[in-house]
Amino acid sequence: MSIQKEILDEIAISKFEYGEIVNKLKREPSQLELGLFGALWSEHCGYKHTKKLLKKLSDDSNDLPVKLGQENAGVIDIGNNISIVMKIESHNHPSAIEPFQGAATGVGGIIRDIFAMGARPVAILNSLRFGLPENKKNKYIINGVVSGISYYGNCIGIPNVGGEIYFSKTYEGNPLVNAMCVGIINNNKIMSAKADQSGDLLVLVGSETGRDGIHGASGLASKTFQENDELRSAVQVGNPFLEKILIESCLEAIKLEEVVGLQDCGAAGITSAAIEMAERSKLGLMIDVSMIPQRESKMNAYELMLSESQERMLLSVKSDGFNKVKNIFDKWDIKCETIGKFIDKSSIDIYEGEKKLSSTPVSALTNPPLYDLSKNKPNWLNILQKTDLSKIDIPTNAPKDILLQIITSPNIASKKTIFRQYDHHVQTNTVIEPGGDASLLRIKGSSKGISLSTDSNGKKIYLDPKVGTLIAVAEACRNISCTGAKPVALTDGLNFGDPEKEDVQYQLTQSIDGLIQASKIFSAPVISGNASLYNESNGNSIYPTTIIGGIGIIENANDHVNIKFKNDGDLIVVLGHSSAWGETNDLSGSEYLEIIHKRVQGQPEIDLDLEIRTQKLCRLGIKNKIIKSAHDVSDGGVAVNIIESCISGGIGARINEEIINRWDAALFGETQSKIIVSISPDDINELTILANQNSVPIKSVGKVGGDSVIFSDLISITLEEVAKKWDTSLENLLK
Amino acid sequence: MNIGIVVYPGTWSEKDCFYSLSNVNKQFCEFIWHKDEDTNLENFDAIILPGGFSYGDFLRSGSIASLSPIMEKIKVYADKGNPIIGICNGFQILCESNLLPGTLIRNNNLQFRCEWSNIKVANNETIFTSSIKKNKILSIPISHGEGNYYADKKTIDELENNNQIIFRYSDRNGYIDQFSNPNGSVNNIAGIINKRGNILGMMPHPEKACEEIIGGTDGNLIFQSLINAYSRPDK
Repeated sequence: MSIQKEILDEIAISKFEYGEIVNKLKREPSQLELGLFGALWSEHCGYKHTKKLLKKLSDDSNDLPVKLGQENAGVIDIGNNISIVMKIESHNHPSAIEPFQGAATGVGGIIRDIFAMGARPVAILNSLRFGLPENKKNKYIINGVVSGISYYGNCIGIPNVGGEIYFSKTYEGNPLVNAMCVGIINNNKIMSAKADQSGDLLVLVGSETGRDGIHGASGLASKTFQENDELRSAVQVGNPFLEKILIESCLEAIKLEEVVGLQDCGAAGITSAAIEMAERSKLGLMIDVSMIPQRESKMNAYELMLSESQERMLLSVKSDGFNKVKNIFDKWDIKCETIGKFIDKSSIDIYEGEKKLSSTPVSALTNPPLYDLSKNKPNWLNILQKTDLSKIDIPTNAPKDILLQIITSPNIASKKTIFRQYDHHVQTNTVIEPGGDASLLRIKGSSKGISLSTDSNGKKIYLDPKVGTLIAVAEACRNISCTGAKPVALTDGLNFGDPEKEDVQYQLTQSIDGLIQASKIFSAPVISGNASLYNESNGNSIYPTTIIGGIGIIENANDHVNIKFKNDGDLIVVLGHSSAWGETNDLSGSEYLEIIHKRVQGQPEIDLDLEIRTQKLCRLGIKNKIIKSAHDVSDGGVAVNIIESCISGGIGARINEEIINRWDAALFGETQSKIIVSISPDDINELTILANQNSVPIKSVGKVGGDSVIFSDLISITLEEVAKKWDTSLENLLK
Repeated sequence: MNIGIVVYPGTWSEKDCFYSLSNVNKQFCEFIWHKDEDTNLENFDAIILPGGFSYGDFLRSGSIASLSPIMEKIKVYADKGNPIIGICNGFQILCESNLLPGTLIRNNNLQFRCEWSNIKVANNETIFTSSIKKNKILSIPISHGEGNYYADKKTIDELENNNQIIFRYSDRNGYIDQFSNPNGSVNNIAGIINKRGNILGMMPHPEKACEEIIGGTDGNLIFQSLINAYSRPDK
């Protein structure tokens, strides 16, 4: 083997893997072939470190309309001949290098995955993680990412209905930018990204192909990067206008029976898109690169095959159907060209005009080596988990001062300054807007609604990768249940550090284990997902961050509730626990512990059985029209929960229950399986009966009303004061 | 009524307008593709230019759309006194086509803004507001990065003197000042009509506020005014 290490490094292929390529081909690959292998054997496309762990999830998905990982996105049937298409995807490293375009094209990519299934995209969510906003460089990344999402999403007319934004030093220089897209489709219209038979044409539509994004999948997404690397050319540039007309034209074109399949050209460009189609179709493929419309002159086959130019789609078209298809794209002034055809062979044959450049077996390209991961628990984690939280000093400051410090911290403060830059009303389906627990969309032509949420807590997953992931799933589902909807499916965004490090391997193994367990307990299958590895900040792995996107169904969208306290005199009732207040261990991995004590410690806990019962009670109470508002306790504890329901409802509240335990844990402990609801005093008996039937502890702890928020005899603060601080602090930080 | 909704490449609120007028208000609606040469606008009782990013808003918002083949027909249609509503990008296109005075520049906060805005009805003697009480505050979403209405002083004075400013951004109590202005528009202008009163341009999206389940019905008051004006016997 005479291959140079630098060449392999550029495409993130190891010496060992190069040896495997030679074994499979029984010869050395050409430069072009090496490019194909680099892309398809990249971590991003090949899932080398996660495929074995995800196998259980994919086996569990056998009964779904589309098996996990089989198509561009996952599908869940919600009845009445309607299916939902959903997927989350990361664009972390591009966003670190070029925040605006990185984030914009992240949105663009996930939208294409959804309409590739034939579905009309109806919602976008973003799960974002950044370094602390006080830092100038982080501020640049935050504002760039947010404007990129705003620029791309708003132009396309898909509402951005929610997500989360989280700040921590662990994401400094390596932000997490995960975008989720949801589409709606009739069951019998679901597309598959494959060809029917040999002779079918491979048709490329959309943007011309340029030199942008070469090595995006291999070089950028599949290894750690240094800030001074010359990687900007690996970031693509987006054109949302073209994407918008590409959606409309593709959705029009698939109505033709001549169009057999539709596939997004995403990471690794035509290489990955075309070869995935061939593999699914169990056919070979010939591609003539000279037929690819080019944006720049003198592009060679290597560049054309690996370019990640945005806003391109591949179609498989019946052999006599090209002209009919082209007519539709002509109407929209979109380029449409046949670049190859499916063949009765098992290889990918690349031509440049008459000249044959390569012929490579599909199975070699699509079967990278898969690695086993270590399950050894690192010792440092034992030490963090075993911290005795009861020994942490209770602050001597006035509790109100501590509350204000928490309320104005970037993770707790209102995110309005960010989500008001995204259109969340377009398509006129948005019933619950961003800013609450989960959002809710009605489905036109049906009484149903879908509730959407993304959730993760990197800190808790760091402290216990398995329990932290159980909590992430539980919380995504809890948010959905708080609107009245029942969680039915999940999508996962795995964001981890370098998988070649043993600690990260342990985190991955444990977290995916948790995901499998939670998915089963909630009867919510994981229908799609994405893995982004090699996320590091200053040489350290980021917090393992398994982002969960959840979707729930409500039979009648009119029956929803939101988080807002409504009427003077309503009772405030805790579901899931017999006290409003948190306990000492609820401080594990809490915001309070980090903000006030600068510690990330403790052993997070969750009782999934209680969780399931509590969520069910919440949904029943909403369905029976007893519960008027519902909001789950999460970051910042019950104090933040009550304040958010007060501010959004424009009315005060008083929690009467006496505080017996330490007050900091009581107010700021992040108890799981706890939902705070408000009900009319007349309904307390009915709610109690319902709770007893479902074996869920509940307790009436206070009342809605007045213009202050009062926590027992500890804190009294006017709504006006707390609202102003909560509302404006992040905006001021980002200026 | 028979309402034509114009679609350019990049338009995105045409389906929302269609749903609000057809499903909610039971009017007959039809999409008009901007390049369709066979379209006869005389078949329509009103035309809507919906919101979105026609041609990606490249160059300037609405500028490329204002050169599209349909615009010549729309000018003839307007000259005959027929009703036209331009919403958001539609308003920008009407300004670029000189069917309405002034222009819409970048929001003074330099950010895209999506939120429920309050607009005060400053003139209810128009076909677009006749069913609304004067000075009523409507809650209607905005969604734009370039909604900052600007015109020279002479034009603004004319608009003021002729009662052509029909919507102004205000707070929920109707107070009009810089704090209730989401984009920096001169005199808090949210919507204007032409002198003749048959062309309305407005930045807020009435089609996004026609049903309780999505947050409110104030936008529908504008559509209902138009429908009522059309069905009045003296028409």
